[in-house]
Amino acid sequence: MSEGVDRDKRRFLTLLTSGVGAVGAGFAATPFVLSMTPSARAKAAGAPVEVDISKLTPGQLHTEEWRGKPVWILRRTPEMLQSLPALDKQLADPASTVIDQQPAYAQNPTRSIKPEVLVVVGICTHLGCSPIKKLEAGSDAILGDDWSGGFFCPCHGSKFDLAGRVYKNVPAPTNLVVPPHMFLSDTRIVIGEDKKGGA
Amino acid sequence: MEKLLAWIDDRFPLTKVWEEHASKYYAPKNFNFWYYFGILATVMLVLQIFTGIFLTMHYKPDTALAFASVEYIMRDVSWGWLIRYLHSTGSSFFFIVVYLHMYRALLYGSHRQPRELLWIIGVVIFIALMAEAFMGYLLPWGNMSYWGAQVIISLFDAIPFVGPALAEWIRGDFVVGDATLNRFFAFHVIAVPLVLVVLVFVHIVALHKVGSNNPDGIEIKKKKDANGIPLDGIPFHPYYTVKDLVGVIVFLMVFSAVVFFAPELGGWFLEHDNFVPANILQTPPEIVPLWYFTPFYSILRATNTDLVLALRGIVVLAALVALFKARGLSRLVALGMAGALLAALFMLDAKVWGVLLMVGSLLLFFFLPWLDRSPAKSIRYRGWMYKLALAVLVLSFFILGYLGTRPAAGPNLIIAQVCTLLYFAFFLFMPWYTSIDKTRPVPERVTK
Repeated sequence: MSEGVDRDKRRFLTLLTSGVGAVGAGFAATPFVLSMTPSARAKAAGAPVEVDISKLTPGQLHTEEWRGKPVWILRRTPEMLQSLPALDKQLADPASTVIDQQPAYAQNPTRSIKPEVLVVVGICTHLGCSPIKKLEAGSDAILGDDWSGGFFCPCHGSKFDLAGRVYKNVPAPTNLVVPPHMFLSDTRIVIGEDKKGGA
Repeated sequence: MEKLLAWIDDRFPLTKVWEEHASKYYAPKNFNFWYYFGILATVMLVLQIFTGIFLTMHYKPDTALAFASVEYIMRDVSWGWLIRYLHSTGSSFFFIVVYLHMYRALLYGSHRQPRELLWIIGVVIFIALMAEAFMGYLLPWGNMSYWGAQVIISLFDAIPFVGPALAEWIRGDFVVGDATLNRFFAFHVIAVPLVLVVLVFVHIVALHKVGSNNPDGIEIKKKKDANGIPLDGIPFHPYYTVKDLVGVIVFLMVFSAVVFFAPELGGWFLEHDNFVPANILQTPPEIVPLWYFTPFYSILRATNTDLVLALRGIVVLAALVALFKARGLSRLVALGMAGALLAALFMLDAKVWGVLLMVGSLLLFFFLPWLDRSPAKSIRYRGWMYKLALAVLVLSFFILGYLGTRPAAGPNLIIAQVCTLLYFAFFLFMPWYTSIDKTRPVPERVTK
């Protein structure tokens, strides 16, 4: 029955058919895979937001929503600012060397444009929880007796100081993200846009 | 009637299938309590699909409407509360049953040759079930739903290079949002259930090919009578169909009692924080997944730079042992692997390792049939080492599960790290302790 069969030709044709079929399947899968990427509407949302910080008193924190994420604006007191340099040894990246975590204008000891006004995305760099605010320095039930004030992520125990810098030996690998922002005036901030344009 | 059956049999192998899988499927006669959980898992699957269908009649997969639609089911839909509680409490019972089903395999060696593929299919079912449960938990759009999904999807961010793009693709947005809810609904109600049903079918086909294991871990097919029927086998129907029916009824009594009197089980089956609508600006004080995920979640949280440091030490130690004990090629291979692992431990940060260990803690189950070198399958004939190892695994699994619901700091963290190492030790040292463990001789025929 199999006499006179050209096996090489048969194998070649089988491989060719399978190959063409696989390429076709790849093309056919593409629209389905791409349909799951963020839609045009999702991309268009996320315009910059403007915040009036004139009513923010020293030591007070205001939460603003930007692109579905909480953004914290904290007006730090002089004591808070003084506490920052002393922590350097306990921090994983005290000098903010990971450049993705902040724009160049916030790569400084206070991680801010104006020393007293901190703007950070309130999302833990570990797995995206929103840390809780533990702004008061002093003893704390969870964080111990010599807590210098900052943020504590309840999910996995990451700690950040009052400049959003991450402590050593916690699950979060990097400092909190400083979003692009700029001052329109002394009391008005835009989040999501800076002098270079939109984020 | 007989004519009708003959008419069908000419066109569909009805009698043949019935005989092959029930009336002439010979199962070992010594099944005990642990052999209920297969049928119970099937019952739970059917119940979840059935109640799920009725829930989709009222539920709305829209971030603006989802939370309210669930409350609407609970308050305004006739008997809606019952259907919803059957489904939500049912998911926890599904996992209880599946965990006990897996534990049975570890007790009696049901994962061992010739049932490796049966076991692998089972592990795939387990992982699919976890995906199903995780996506289902987002649907009520409670605050825990939202932040739980946020955390788990962020795990994909940890994958080098492609991570962020992949997480974005899964979410369909830059954050967990409407697109995410909608697609999770699609996966939860059709895609994953279809996969699960197919896998369960394949699982049973594989089981009926190799035959059921039993508490003695003996192959009953080795001793057959003149007709080719296993001497220690009895037909599945009517013997085990009737036995299973009793088990199902008792199980449903327990299940109903929980559904009616404690459907949320004090926050263990439905978390308190999930009765608050999702709030993207406010993480719940503790993000805690449901109990069936907490052991693995605990492993994820326990992995910090300290644990990575400890892992480096362990790898160096293992390499030293290989250097002195192993010879020739296996020494080179062992040292090469240790070197690669050590390099990875230095290059990837603790966050990535947390994800790797969590995934690894699941994937190790796949290798169990080959890690186990013991001549005896059943725990009845194994030595003290395996018994101790299994006890350590169960204990660390429970402790990890409990710690997963508590804040990860201080002594809790250290205990979780120790338990993580013990959990992995059960698997990784298995080839060693099962091969030196003293076993008792396995009998020829099943015992009472």
